[in-house]
Amino acid sequence: MIAEAGLAALWLAAALALLQLAFVWFGLTTDKEDLLQSVRPVAVAQGALTLVAFLLLILLFWQSDMSVALVAANSHSMKPLLYKIAGTWGNHEGSMLLWVTVMGAAGMAVALFERALERRAHMATLGAQAAISMGFYAFLLFASNPFARLNPSPPDGQGLNPLLQDPGLAFHPPTLYLGYVGLSVAFSFAVGALLTGQVNAAFAKAMRPWVLGAWVLLTLGITAGSYWAYYELGWGGWWFWDPVENASLMPWLAATALLHSATVLATRDALRAWTVMLAVVAFSMSMVGTFLVRSGILTSVHAFAVDPTRGTFILILLAIYIGGALALFALRVDSVREGAQFDPVSRETMLVLNNLLLVVILGLVLIGTLYPLLTEAMGYKVSVGPPYFDRIVGPIAIILMIVLAAGPLTRWRRDSAAAVGKRVLIPAGVAVIATLVLAVLAWGRIGVLPFLGLVTAAGVAVASIAPLWKRKLLRTPLFTWGMVIAHLGCAVSLAGMAADSAFTVEKLAAAKPGDVIQTAGWTLRFDAITPIAGDNWTALQADMRAERGGRSTAIHPQARFFTTPPTGTTEAALLTRWDGQLYVVLGQEADQGRWQVRVWWKPFVTLIWLGGILIALGGVLALVGRERRGWIAKFRRREAMAA
Amino acid sequence: MAMKAKHQRLILVVAALVAIIGAGLLAASALKDEAAYFYTPNDAKVKGVEPGRAIRLGGMVVKGSLKRESDGVTIRFDVTDGKATVPARFSGIAPDLFREGSGVVAEGAFDRSGLFVATNLLAKHDERYMPRELEGMTYNETTHKVEDK
Repeated sequence: MIAEAGLAALWLAAALALLQLAFVWFGLTTDKEDLLQSVRPVAVAQGALTLVAFLLLILLFWQSDMSVALVAANSHSMKPLLYKIAGTWGNHEGSMLLWVTVMGAAGMAVALFERALERRAHMATLGAQAAISMGFYAFLLFASNPFARLNPSPPDGQGLNPLLQDPGLAFHPPTLYLGYVGLSVAFSFAVGALLTGQVNAAFAKAMRPWVLGAWVLLTLGITAGSYWAYYELGWGGWWFWDPVENASLMPWLAATALLHSATVLATRDALRAWTVMLAVVAFSMSMVGTFLVRSGILTSVHAFAVDPTRGTFILILLAIYIGGALALFALRVDSVREGAQFDPVSRETMLVLNNLLLVVILGLVLIGTLYPLLTEAMGYKVSVGPPYFDRIVGPIAIILMIVLAAGPLTRWRRDSAAAVGKRVLIPAGVAVIATLVLAVLAWGRIGVLPFLGLVTAAGVAVASIAPLWKRKLLRTPLFTWGMVIAHLGCAVSLAGMAADSAFTVEKLAAAKPGDVIQTAGWTLRFDAITPIAGDNWTALQADMRAERGGRSTAIHPQARFFTTPPTGTTEAALLTRWDGQLYVVLGQEADQGRWQVRVWWKPFVTLIWLGGILIALGGVLALVGRERRGWIAKFRRREAMAA
Repeated sequence: MAMKAKHQRLILVVAALVAIIGAGLLAASALKDEAAYFYTPNDAKVKGVEPGRAIRLGGMVVKGSLKRESDGVTIRFDVTDGKATVPARFSGIAPDLFREGSGVVAEGAFDRSGLFVATNLLAKHDERYMPRELEGMTYNETTHKVEDK
């Protein structure tokens, strides 16, 4: 009965979404106040029903109810509980249900908590949100029903791809989905503002927390995904320009641009049309990302679903929403009044540069990701790989970092080039010193791009904390701290990327127990190979001791074998030190009792993800800092009313 | 000195267009070089790939061609697409599902003698995964015939 109840909840939620859209439409066109009065309760009920449907699906996975097709295809009764539950969204249908659930919950939040927005714009926003939800309900109910039954039911399930049985990955997809959906809310705000002619600072202020929240989650999702690929795939790389990675990077790039232009709109009331356009682009990228991952058009580790009807369905949704939004934009852009003016040398100009560069990178990644699909549709196969992306994205990213350094040191509205030049003098000096030091120490041994990366990172790190210079730190607003920390995070991450590609040492050996491997100041003693067993896997484990500077630590790289489905994975052993990570992989048995062992010493590689966490932390501080002002104001108003 | 309202909007639009067109041109020029990133052995023979250039070579591992060298970490094998065959060498840990008669995408470069030196091998990650460049390619183990749909 649980599955049927879940399906009923889903149908009911879809019906409510239709009702919500109708109420908004007729309420706004005929000015019927009683219709508009009912929009918010309907939005809340719709969100609650999606939550019920999702909880019921989790319950089915928890109980390992194999009569439900989805559970049978993706779960197994012997699987650890965490992965049974994570299995709920580790598949196509479940992840789409998660999508509509988050969307429903977000609609609920917009209905309950949004107060700053003008009422008609608020209603139009909820209408747009309902219109988007309806497309996804239709997709779930007609093309990917998660509650479908199986008759007869099999004795047990087929299991979950072992690569995905990892605590980090259990929470990686939901994090990204939350980010995607957050951008859909920003999109709804933009549509609402366009429809009611309210593209102004209030709109930007209402939209910004959603953009910030979505952006924080995307940042965390990408950081976690990168770290997962790094330790789980056992290749020692942290970014592969895999289309699925690009699918998460593109919305992030758009959200980063939107975040900055929304700040210009909220504080200076400039860049109105541009901000609306970016909101449309950001959500479009979420849709493109979902299409790439969910349509099965890519054959890669992540894209497990192969079913063309679904791809076509998402493509149609994509065309309707993006096409509709662009048409609306074209029709209504005249109603968007000119915003405030600014000088060529000003913070606004810097942020425009930031936006342009981000959009260029986004375009390059998009073309590189879609080009192979287009040519394949035309009948020949090409493959666009890291050489394309590294070569063209790398240099532009470095230019972007330089703008990032100078932007916060430039005044709003109007500044002089000489004054800005004076303020970037110290960071530029640091970059020059870094250049000289690196040139002396490592000239000719490292590539141009890593070299530039390290130098830029040094300069940007100093420039990013410069806005705190001569300020009372405790009285500095929280959102300024947020900006400083996020920008510092970019420098830290860039330093990690550049250090990894510049200084990594790799050693490959065939060794038998008793052998010693030496590389990059480390001594690795290979003691033994032992077989071990886990919940649903067996493994061969190498017992090793890694020594450096008289200190010895035991490490255990493994080669794991899963039975359902039959698959092998490598579990790299990672040893983290302040100055880098030792990365050891156990390979296959060679000959004469020898085993393949691959060892990397990766100086400062952890800075990559530390930077990602700092960026997200900066976003959280900015979010709390901005919102707290609103809370305090609200509290004071309430106090005043009570008195 | 603030610009006239109309001018500022115009400048922003022009800047955006220039950025987007610039991105397009940059992508097109880079793609012209890099789109020829994936080669089958026959492509490599017909088009020619200069030694040292990073490419992806994809095909089937010829049955009986896989040999292990005495250092324990280097393997040699032949890659074929049915029309041409290329000898390849790889030092490292081959993926679990890398085996003879199975599809492989090797990342690396040709050396001067025409040997493909692979720095990375992509094989099937699990039973359902196939490097996308090899989709539709099948290998007949007895006749060594390769068909590409």
